[in-house]
Amino acid sequence: MTEKTFVVKNRLGLHARPASLFVQAASRHRCKVTVTKDHAGEEVVVNGKSVMGLMMLAAACGEQVKVVVDGPDEKEALKRLEELFNRKFDEE
Amino acid sequence: MIVIKGVPASPGIAIGTAYVLENEEIVINRVDVPAMKVPAELRRFRAALAATHRDLDAAESKVLKMLGKEHARLIDTHRLILRDPLITKDVTKRIRTEKVNAEFALSESLEVVNQAFEKMQDEFFRERRHDLFDVGKRLLSHLLRQEKKSLSGVKTPSILVARNLLPSDTLNLKENNILGFVTDLGGKTSHTAILAQSMEIPAVVGLSDASHRVKTGDTVILDGDQGLVIIHPSPEAVEKYQGLRRRSMEEDTALERLRGAPAVTADGHRVKMMVNLDAVEELKAVTILKGDGIGLFRTEYLFLNRPTAPTEEEQARAYTMVAKAMDPHTVVIRTADIGGDRLSQLGLEGPKNEANPFMGLRGIRLFLRHSDLLKTQFRAILRASAHGKVQVLLPMVSSLRELQSARRIFQQASVELEAEGVVIPKKVPLGIMVEIPSAAILLDAFLEEADYVSIGTNDLIQYLLAVDRINEEVAHLYDPYHPAVLRTLEGIVQTTHKHGKKVTVCGEMTSDPKAVPLLIGLGVDVLSVTPRMYLRVKQILRHSRMEDLKALVAKAMRMHDSDHIRRLLSELEGR
Repeated sequence: MTEKTFVVKNRLGLHARPASLFVQAASRHRCKVTVTKDHAGEEVVVNGKSVMGLMMLAAACGEQVKVVVDGPDEKEALKRLEELFNRKFDEE
Repeated sequence: MIVIKGVPASPGIAIGTAYVLENEEIVINRVDVPAMKVPAELRRFRAALAATHRDLDAAESKVLKMLGKEHARLIDTHRLILRDPLITKDVTKRIRTEKVNAEFALSESLEVVNQAFEKMQDEFFRERRHDLFDVGKRLLSHLLRQEKKSLSGVKTPSILVARNLLPSDTLNLKENNILGFVTDLGGKTSHTAILAQSMEIPAVVGLSDASHRVKTGDTVILDGDQGLVIIHPSPEAVEKYQGLRRRSMEEDTALERLRGAPAVTADGHRVKMMVNLDAVEELKAVTILKGDGIGLFRTEYLFLNRPTAPTEEEQARAYTMVAKAMDPHTVVIRTADIGGDRLSQLGLEGPKNEANPFMGLRGIRLFLRHSDLLKTQFRAILRASAHGKVQVLLPMVSSLRELQSARRIFQQASVELEAEGVVIPKKVPLGIMVEIPSAAILLDAFLEEADYVSIGTNDLIQYLLAVDRINEEVAHLYDPYHPAVLRTLEGIVQTTHKHGKKVTVCGEMTSDPKAVPLLIGLGVDVLSVTPRMYLRVKQILRHSRMEDLKALVAKAMRMHDSDHIRRLLSELEGR
């Protein structure tokens, strides 16, 4: 199991399109992907291969999310997802 | 007369009779399914999933045809929702373990997500739940074998009033006599609103109870600019809005008439008016303007969102398509102005985090470092030049040596192609962007070797005034009317003309109605304008007299304060 915390840097946050890109990337890997956000002191955990789940996090610009990957190809998966965050999901 | 205030979702005015879409209250009953029938129920659910996927394919081709690639991404999101474990896994699990009918299982799963969305503070995120409903509803209608209520019952042009409209409903409005729509729910950032804007259908949303107050057949005025809905309007209100609508339509038709009209001032001074193109997908919007060609084809889009650089073949295809579409007019293709951060994404060596990317490795600097990228792009452009009139433009040139190096690679590319038997024109003009102050100052030397120049006002202003527009602390100092900017522009035009060559201006200033008279008065030969502002700028040009604009420029040149210059131009604009 590997995990990493990212700051959402694209202006509109993890809305439909970035969430779609995330799910598409995550679904290419066999490992389990979960995404966690702290919501007023409460941890909200969603399935990283669920676009509705990710949108339910309502992660806005500047907020932190934790990505946890677990499975045989977890390293690669995390690298892919990290690139998406760094590229601000190609939004600006 | 009743006036209700809602959220202006899509601009424009519509006056007409209302057609109220009855709220389709779908009642879903819980039906217990005997254990032996569970597999059949699961099959029924999967068949509905497959049918919904087919719906989405059909919707996608419709969106592509009507609105283009950008909007088709919405359908991708809907597909992902349909494949979402919350629908595929959760619903099937409910059917299996609770032994209930698929409709009930689906509505239960959707309700859980809906509640989570409703609690959200952020309107932008909360609005995304309509995409879920859209998919959920399609799925449900397939399960219930119910035809979705269609708008084909609307026989006369009407204003549609509904509790809520889903993005997929919005797509069918134009072909069904709908002048505009009004909904109880929804916000400005929903996909429904975004689609309405692209389709130019006026809309007001978030009216809470309009669908109860309005009856089919009522006269309604919809003001999509102010977000107002007027039910049973007084004769005065109707007259006022008819006047407003007529005026805006007159303005539009006056502009429409300018398509293909000569780009000359009232006293006969010709200015070439070209269009900026950001991606091949926008080509259609450009060709209908019937302008003088493309003054700036930005090729950056070819290098985005991909793991490797675009091949010569791929680039040549795009450039050829544009050159053919615009022939016999010119297409100015600018080599990609990408930044160093793109390199690693394209699988190439590049700087990781530049402290100041605007002054970093970008434009021609980057392409000279990776000269294979430059040569590939040159070859692709040259191949396209066999199919139409093409010119090449280099971005971010700051020293003569850069122009010379690029020219050498350009010649190599052309010699290579000829050796390979590719027929290309004898001379393809090569110009530079003047956007770095050093190029403006040393312009006479550059003009010995550049065939023409194009002024990129955005970067030129930013570098001239040392203002980073993204930095909130100093963004207000970014000032197109700074006297130093005007003097620099004047100097560039005069020096270029002295060398018997032509100046183009691209960049935002050409799309600013206030700045256009100034640019024309300075003697700029070519204006390259965004498609959206093109006809408006042409109108300004055709209503101006060169003589007056020259006097205006002379006056502005004597001013030392940008506020004075701005006031001078506002007075002119107001006339």
